[in-house]
Amino acid sequence: MNYNWDFASVFDNWWALAVGLQGTLRLFAVCLILGMSLGLLVALGRRAHAKPVRWASTAFVEFFRNTPVLVQILWFYYALPILLPVEISPFMAAILGISLNSAAYSAEIFRGGIQSIEPGQWEAARAIGMSGLQTMRRVVLPQAVRRIIPSLTNRGVEIFKMTTLASVVAYVELLQQGKLVASLNFNPLEVYTVVAALFLIILYPIVRATYGLERRLARSD
Amino acid sequence: MPDPILRLSGLAKSFDTNTVFEDVDLDVAPGDRIAILGASGSGKSTLLRCVNLLEIPDAGRIELNGDVVGNPEKSGRARYPERELRELRKRVGMVFQQFNLFPHMTVAGNVAEGLVTVLGQSSGPARERALAELDRVGLRDKADTYPSRLSGGQKQRVAIARALAMDPEIMLFDEPTSALDPALVGEVLGVIEQLANEGRTMLLVTHEIGFAYHVANRIAFIAEGGIYEIGTPDEVLKNPRREKTQKFLAEHRRFQF
Amino acid sequence: MYEWNFAPVFAESGLLLAGFRNTLILTATALSGGLVVGLLLAFARLSHRRWLRLPADLVIEVFRTTPPLVQLFWFYFGLPIVLSVEMTPFMAAGLTFTIQSGAFFAEIFRAGIVSIEKGQWEAARAIGMGHNQLMRRIILPQAVKRMFPSMMERSIELMKTTTLVATVSYADLLFQANELAQKTFRPLEVYTVVALIYFVSISCVSFFAARLEKRFARTGEFSV
Repeated sequence: MNYNWDFASVFDNWWALAVGLQGTLRLFAVCLILGMSLGLLVALGRRAHAKPVRWASTAFVEFFRNTPVLVQILWFYYALPILLPVEISPFMAAILGISLNSAAYSAEIFRGGIQSIEPGQWEAARAIGMSGLQTMRRVVLPQAVRRIIPSLTNRGVEIFKMTTLASVVAYVELLQQGKLVASLNFNPLEVYTVVAALFLIILYPIVRATYGLERRLARSD
Repeated sequence: MPDPILRLSGLAKSFDTNTVFEDVDLDVAPGDRIAILGASGSGKSTLLRCVNLLEIPDAGRIELNGDVVGNPEKSGRARYPERELRELRKRVGMVFQQFNLFPHMTVAGNVAEGLVTVLGQSSGPARERALAELDRVGLRDKADTYPSRLSGGQKQRVAIARALAMDPEIMLFDEPTSALDPALVGEVLGVIEQLANEGRTMLLVTHEIGFAYHVANRIAFIAEGGIYEIGTPDEVLKNPRREKTQKFLAEHRRFQF
Repeated sequence: MYEWNFAPVFAESGLLLAGFRNTLILTATALSGGLVVGLLLAFARLSHRRWLRLPADLVIEVFRTTPPLVQLFWFYFGLPIVLSVEMTPFMAAGLTFTIQSGAFFAEIFRAGIVSIEKGQWEAARAIGMGHNQLMRRIILPQAVKRMFPSMMERSIELMKTTTLVATVSYADLLFQANELAQKTFRPLEVYTVVALIYFVSISCVSFFAARLEKRFARTGEFSV
């Protein structure tokens, strides 16, 4: 190929990309924490005694897993402000879309982990007088979480990748900044290669660590 | 008889269309060691699990030291509200066939867990108490090991210590040695015998008929949906009066006493 | 209180339907292409030859670890510059999602094949089967059964991922939704309807996938 790759024009704009990366990390952190906390609540909700709670939790999971995240983000950005008298910034829309989606996936992961704990553990805990909540907190969840760490880590990686969708509503994250640099310097090939490489550099070590984790867990179980 | 520590009246339990037992009455005096025998599927484990309400009986009354448990006259979820269940289980100790130790806690952690989480004790005194119970079952040196490193017999002894730490008024043993390697059965039976000699009240579901003869003061044989025959070990095991008891014992000739 | 008015949306239902059709076309294309690519990559990865294994490893890791939107932009905006070709949105999207889903499928295939216990391989060898026969008659039938849930899950994910193509002006359902929302000034109704269309169609696919899974779980191998 006789194309002259020109990475200099990308690195000249490293500051713009750095700002974008900062936005990515901020969005990621918020969505990770919100998504997984809510996911745990929803997973517990699916086991609640009250039928309405169970039903609502299941409906939540089904809906947010079976609709595309981008549609959710756009709905929150364009449709919600019409329904409610609120300002929805790109950041808010992205948080709402990605967190709720991640909560739905996380809920299923938590649910699977909890169900994998054998009934004997519940019985032993109840037999010494623990309440359901205490049993969850002290006996079941500690064991369940250990088992689902690989799946949760995968979910975390997915969330990190999903932050790029926020560029569609012009939230300032890495890809959005990439688009900006590319449009100003006419070097989309180099820019997007660098952006992809940045994601690789950040995520690949985590992905590899997960492989190791999975193997270690399989051995110890 | 002195006031019974446990009184079961008219206990009944079915699963779907299958009646496990109905109209079971039993008085357990303080210091009683009642061995519950029966064929597989006779309902002996279910009966035991009704005493600490891991199975909810469909009908009947449970009284622990004169206190009626729950509201048996009511129906549905009001009969045994959550709070009552928890209060009952603080007073009744259970040892499971599959041990069910908490794998993510150390041995001492397992024994102290009830004290800290359920009884609200602080970790210092709870650990002291846990070590004392472990001493009693001969496993103090394993206090800071994890259950995965123990043999079956050791795990079960820890399970017994965990139940004892709660100071239960009555101990329930659900086939405590059935899941053990034959070589390890003895160490667990030894601990149970020790408890029996100390005068602990206990209900013991077991297949170890020789041990039952030795340790129990009453034997209950479960068949035909209830307590088919009950009496002293000499009565039930040496001179069974009823047909099914005789059949059962004949099939279990392998014991010695 | 907001006055919902779905009439403008239903008036343009033809547009939305056309968009939905394009979504399905893209999904089907990427799915079939992805299966082929996935198989090739999987076998390359399992191969003993380093010159096959390493590039395959690279492709799989890159396409699994980078965001699909970045990949799409790279193929749509970047690649035409290097190769001096015209790239339509459909071509860029088809290429991107074929390789991307291929990478994920490759992992599923590899995991499925590797999960078959050694004993099966040994038994087949012991009766004299060659490598190809072994794969075809013993390993793959069992492996496919195991992979099936993950494959269905990935395919459903693909259907959702195709919404990204709206950003490069491929006229899929989401793109039409954006256009319609701007035209009718009724984004609430438009996006709600479109979300429901996705929800219903994806739920149906999930439902059938679950039924299929149960049916295959009953037999001992993948057979229709």
